[in-house]
Amino acid sequence: MQLARVIGTVVATVKNDSLHGRKLLVVQTVDRNLEPNGKPMVAVDAVGAGIGELVFWCRGKEASFPFKREDTPTDCTIVGIVDSEQHVTR
Amino acid sequence: MIIARILGTVVSTQKDERLQGKKLLIVRPINVDGSDTTGYVVAVDTVGAGFHERVLVVAGSSARLAQGMKDVPVDAAIVGVIDTVDVT
Repeated sequence: MQLARVIGTVVATVKNDSLHGRKLLVVQTVDRNLEPNGKPMVAVDAVGAGIGELVFWCRGKEASFPFKREDTPTDCTIVGIVDSEQHVTR
Repeated sequence: MIIARILGTVVSTQKDERLQGKKLLIVRPINVDGSDTTGYVVAVDTVGAGFHERVLVVAGSSARLAQGMKDVPVDAAIVGVIDTVDVT
């Protein structure tokens, strides 16, 4: 899992049936100093995150585990919201 | 998932039987501002996307979880056609 900042939203009307009703967010991975690092990705939201929030996300097949497991095609999912930046000890 | 733009199509007659009837498209990953990056991916289309559209591409074993892709030997699938991307 990695920390990331939610920086935007994606709207897609036509999508695979198994993604209906899922919220898509653009996340920017951050380094240990919470500075942007690497390219932004599109993630499925599993926790109700909003723009500007610091979150952690997981990649790979495990990204589908928060949902109906064999039924959600995502390789990138937000699985938690960090309470605040002060809660990240570094 | 990554955002990509459809560059073209691939036609293959001789292929794994589980790929029969699947549309193969060449997509190029793009940045959130719409600018192109380098490289390309051949992805299976699950939504009926068309030339030049911006799409969502899921990679790795998760690509097989899309509806209609069970046990299909692919590692990249187009799972959505993007209407808008808003980045603050």
